[in-house]
Amino acid sequence: MATIIVVTSGKGGVGKTTTSAAVSMGLAMAGHKTVVIDFDIGLRNLDIIMNCERRVVFDFVNVIQGDAVLNQALIKDKRCENLYILPASQTRDKDALTKEGVKNILDQLSADFEYIICDSPAGIEHGAQMALYFADSAIVVTNPEVSSVRDSDRILGILQSKSYRAENNQAPVKEHLLITRFDPVRVDRGEMLSIADIEDILAVPLLGVIPESQAVLNASNSGNPVILDEKSDAGQAYKDTVGRLLGEELPHRFLEVQKKGLLKRVFGG
Amino acid sequence: MSIFDIFGKDKEPKSASIAKERLKVIVAHERRARNAPEYLPALQRDILDVIRKYVQIDQDQLQIDLNDDGNCSILEVNVNLPK
Repeated sequence: MATIIVVTSGKGGVGKTTTSAAVSMGLAMAGHKTVVIDFDIGLRNLDIIMNCERRVVFDFVNVIQGDAVLNQALIKDKRCENLYILPASQTRDKDALTKEGVKNILDQLSADFEYIICDSPAGIEHGAQMALYFADSAIVVTNPEVSSVRDSDRILGILQSKSYRAENNQAPVKEHLLITRFDPVRVDRGEMLSIADIEDILAVPLLGVIPESQAVLNASNSGNPVILDEKSDAGQAYKDTVGRLLGEELPHRFLEVQKKGLLKRVFGG
Repeated sequence: MSIFDIFGKDKEPKSASIAKERLKVIVAHERRARNAPEYLPALQRDILDVIRKYVQIDQDQLQIDLNDDGNCSILEVNVNLPK
């Protein structure tokens, strides 16, 4: 049986697809057979973040509607043999997803994979609800910003009431908080919500903190999940995040303002 | 942290603490609304209609809250009447 993890947030643009790409690559590199599914029907983007946009032939909706079998739609990652991508449809609308259709695909994938990562679309409508419905655990991606925190709370409410686990009185979906675009300098100045503030409001265990980083744009530009940029702060923070997801106990890093050394002060950098 | 901070140039609350207070209020409010029974908005409309038979008040002058107190639920109705 695979573990199904939804990457969700409510608000758009906070880093769901970046996180889905990084976490799925991280799990696969740790030796776990992983598939990542783009649930953003009509606005597929996971493919371009994962650098396989020119290899898409069939998609998620083709498989649901029986126009292709699963193996025709799965794209094998060229960097890691444990990783597969199931792209979203670019032409259909989000109502093409049905509970039965999604369940059927997840059941088939469960037989072959250890982890199924569901990259949710923004919002709280049908597509987002389909992405989270069958999840065993959820990574709620949140920026230190009022609208993002508020929307995360909304999506937590939906996880707790409208998921399969909630509707069938099973153990609740395991919730993880992932804070992205964190800037300790601005927290220090009192201009940004702190980690403690966000944890206090949302009351969800903290899985990771990804610092605001230029590496994220560089990664998407080239189609390499940022976790592959091992020298970057964001890459290392995602690697820690995956480690914690796998049960390791790792201290959170990049939470403090980096003190500039004497050389850096003199020569810049 | 600069020398100006030490000497208390400004005593205004920082924007992050304003953000936190605003979020606490709205998130608590939305959680209550989420967990409330479905009839609550209809009940609120009906109560408003009854009051308006006697006194004209705006919708925001009536607040109702259902608080779970363990054994029973307490319906709290607050009406602000105009002078």
